[in-house]
Parts: sequence; structure tokens; C-alpha cells
Amino acid sequence: MTAPLLSVENLGKRFGGFVALEAIHLDIAKGERVGLIGPNGSGKSTLVNCMSGTLRNETGIVRFDGRPMNGLPAHQRTRLGFARSFQLPRPFNSLSVAENLRIPIEYTVNARPAAHVPAGDIVGRCNDLLAMVGLAEKSEKMPRDLTQIEMRKLELARAMASEPKLLIADEAMAGLSHAEVDDILALLIRLNEQGVTIVMIEHIMRAVMQFSQRLVVLVAGRKIADGLPADVVRNPEVERAYLGE
Amino acid sequence: MRALPFLLVSILVAAATFGAATLVGNSYVFFAGYVVLQYIVLATAWNILGGYTGYVNFGTAAFLALGAYSSVVIHKTMPMPIPVLIVIGGLVSGIVGLGMGYLTLRLRGSFFSIATLALSVVVQTLIINWDFVGGSRGAYIVRPRTTEYFAMNYIEYLFLVMLVLSVIAVFTARCIERSRLGYGFAAIRDDEAAAEASGVPTLKLKLLATTLSGAFMGMAGAPLPYYVTYLDPASGFSLAYAVNAIAMPLIGGTASWLGPVIGAVLLGTLQQVATVTISSALNLLIVGVILVAFVIIAPNGLIGLVRGKGRGMKR
Repeated sequence: MTAPLLSVENLGKRFGGFVALEAIHLDIAKGERVGLIGPNGSGKSTLVNCMSGTLRNETGIVRFDGRPMNGLPAHQRTRLGFARSFQLPRPFNSLSVAENLRIPIEYTVNARPAAHVPAGDIVGRCNDLLAMVGLAEKSEKMPRDLTQIEMRKLELARAMASEPKLLIADEAMAGLSHAEVDDILALLIRLNEQGVTIVMIEHIMRAVMQFSQRLVVLVAGRKIADGLPADVVRNPEVERAYLGE
Repeated sequence: MRALPFLLVSILVAAATFGAATLVGNSYVFFAGYVVLQYIVLATAWNILGGYTGYVNFGTAAFLALGAYSSVVIHKTMPMPIPVLIVIGGLVSGIVGLGMGYLTLRLRGSFFSIATLALSVVVQTLIINWDFVGGSRGAYIVRPRTTEYFAMNYIEYLFLVMLVLSVIAVFTARCIERSRLGYGFAAIRDDEAAAEASGVPTLKLKLLATTLSGAFMGMAGAPLPYYVTYLDPASGFSLAYAVNAIAMPLIGGTASWLGPVIGAVLLGTLQQVATVTISSALNLLIVGVILVAFVIIAPNGLIGLVRGKGRGMKR
């Protein structure tokens, strides 16, 4: 097996006396589709925040593309190719939908030494991204005019605008209808086919099972299962965590 | 409009303003006009940090006074021409702005604002206890009647200097607004965590904003001792500067360069008129009433009111 794209080693995080994450080990290979599940408060979002640099982990190392990322601020991790969407969409409210995508293009893609999007091409690039998620007609709208699913799509498009190697989609489907979930699911699978490694955090089991090649389960800050989805859901410890004794 | 034509139009407007003031032929016009122009610079400077990145600075007076007291120090050691004083005042306040940014930018929202207010008090205390610049007694500056070259009336000269400075400040603000930097500032204003996740180096940009904003405030303050001829801490650190610098962009609209200009011209002129016609003590009351009215009627300022539902900013 080649070196993993993302490797988390012995990661730990406390909030005061509360142990949010304890000794988490996690490897994610290039091109993989991984589902990360766990009950509410099990530490999924905390793990994402530690990996993306929003929170600082007390112990352990996060390596991305072979490079230790400890101490790097979030924006530098994004520039390395680590993108995340937020659990609750956090658009830039005073910017139009297209301008929302301009930020990662100007500050991430154009901050990398190799790729440079010339000023004249930025608008075109924004529109391409919006077309990809099906928001082409909304480019001039303000985020507050979007519906819930459009907001989720914008959140994903903004993460994709930074041309990441790894995308962490934090509950991109929560609160959406059946058809809308399929919509987002198809989008994520399409992105994965284009070579983006994706970690999906989700409560909707139908989506997780359909999407994931591998399933990781967090319960109370510990990883209790990691393997093929079909095996993991039959794991007695996982059943206990979700259904009780 | 592209940058160069905008600059040319600004210069034309400035020239017309100067021409009109000369035509009136009353030197009080220059005297009062100077204050309005000073407020254009202050409001524009405040808006670079407060409007574009969303960090409300209550310490305008401190930055202005630092510029002014830099001039006092230089006047007492080795007098230099006003444009040089402006550059030095800008440097001093810019550096203090950078330092303030380092110390306070981890604070968000009202906590940042309280810290800037505290900075203002600290700087004022330092100045009061610094004998060389007059301490609490204040410093006298004897200004020449006319300029050394061209024999221009000194107040007209100060008016002209402030006019040029306001063109530079407004032009800078507009350049920022239309640039990559402006988008970065807007991202910070809307959501810092999302900005970081989109690759925006938020700390660096915020430091840039505090430095630039502080520098322009210091520049606006540098000619002040020559204008008032007597500078004491109470007037240099006057609350009016801090309040006006916030009220003017809010009244005009914080999302664009035009807002602070409109706010400064309207409110500044109104205050000057009120000073001579009604009472000089009434100024801050007027500001307060107008500000409350605007917060209720037009939270996005006059520009927001005109553009209607356009692209107002969310607070």
C-alpha cells in the first residue's frame, strides 16, 4: 500500500476535563471514499476541526500528503489541499454566490506556486463550479436568497473551488429531503471520480452505506470500528453504541 | 470605473472644491472645510478596518492624537514641512496600529472594541505625563501667517494638504475594495472560520487593516497642531473623533468607499453649521440623534437606502 494521503496518529483533544478525542488513529488513502459516523457528541466534528486546524490537538500528529501539519494555521492547510465544508453552511453573506467562490480561488488556488488563474478567468471558473453543483442560475444572487439545499451546494462548491486533494464533507445532507440527499450524493461521487479523496460525515445511514468504501465509527471520542461498511454495521460494539444494550 | 479615471475624477472634484472655497472668499470656509476634510480621512480610515473587516475601533482619537503629537515633537526638535510630518505621523500611528492588532485581534466583536478604547486611555495617560509635549497643559505651536514658498495663506495651505490627503485616502480605500485584498477583508467580516477554510490568512489581513487604518488616522492628525495652534490632551483625544469616525461611515454606508465620504461631508458640515449658528456643545447630540435614527431607518446607511435591497451587509 502506498503512503496514505491523510494520516492521523494518536490524536487527542480535551476541553477542560472532558476528553473529546482519545488516541485516534486514522489513515486515508488517495482516492478513497470514507464514511465517518458516530452518535451526536462522539467527536466527529472535533476531529475535523483538529485536522483542519480550527482547533489545536493536544497530542498526536496529523500528516497530510506526507507532511506533518501540526501548528499550521487553517488557511495553510487549505492551501496544501485539505478542504472542508461546514456542518452548518457558513457562506460569506455580503458577497454574491459567485463571489463566494472567488475567495478560495484567489486565496488558495492562486496562492499555490504552480497554478495561477488569471484575473480574467476567475469569473469563468466560478461559473464552471456553480454549473457543476447546479447553481449556475444563482450566481448573481446573495446567499440569503438560497434555499437550504442550495446553501449546502454552495458550501460544497466553495470547498471544491480550492481544488483540494481531500474533501471533508461535514453533514452536507442533514435536513435534506430524500431526493436532495441523492442529489448531493451523486455530486460527491462525481467529485470522487475526478480524483478527490472524500471523507463523509453523516447521520443518514442510507447515504453513508451507498457512498462509503470504508466506514469509521467514533463513539465517545474513541474509534471503535474501521473497515468495510457491511462488516462494520454488524459489529456488536457499533450496534450497542447506536441501539443500546 | 477603473482606477486611473477614478483618480482623475477625484482630483477634479478636489480641485473644484478648492476653487469653490476660494470663490467664496471667506477664510472661515477654509477653516471649517479643513475639519470636514479631516473627517473624510478619519471616516475612510476607520472604514478600512471597521467597514471592510468588521472590527469596530473606538480608539480613533488615540491614532489621530499620536499623529498630532508626533508633529509636536518634531516641531520642538527640528521643524519640518507638513507633508513630511504627515508621513511621519502615518508611520507612528501605523506602527501602533500594527502593535494594537497583534495584541488585540484575538478578541472578537465588542471585546476588540473595548480593547481599542483602553488603548486610547493608555496613550492619553502617557501623553498627559510627558512633559516634553506639554503634558496636561498642552503645547503651543506658532504657525506662520503664510507658507514659505508661494506666500499662501496658512489655513488655505492646510486645507489644500488635507484635501490631497483625503483624495489619497479615498483612492486607497476604493482600490482595496475592488481588489483581492477587499474580497479577503469581506470574507473576514462575514465569517472568519470560513475565511480561513477558504485559504484567507486572516491574521495577516487583519494586521494589514489595523496598520493601514491607523496610519491614515495618524496622517489626518499630523497637521492638527498647526491648525489649532494649541494642542492639549483633552482636545487631541476628544471623544468626538472616535464617535464621528464611527457615525460617519455608518450613516453613509460601510460597504463602500463612498459611504464614509458622504457621511463625513453631511455630518461634518452639519456640525460646522451648528457650531456657528446654534451652539458648539450641540455637536455630539446631533451625531447621537442622527446615528440612532439611521440605525433604525437605514441600517446599511444612505447608500444601502438608495440601493434598496441590493448588496447590504449583514452584521
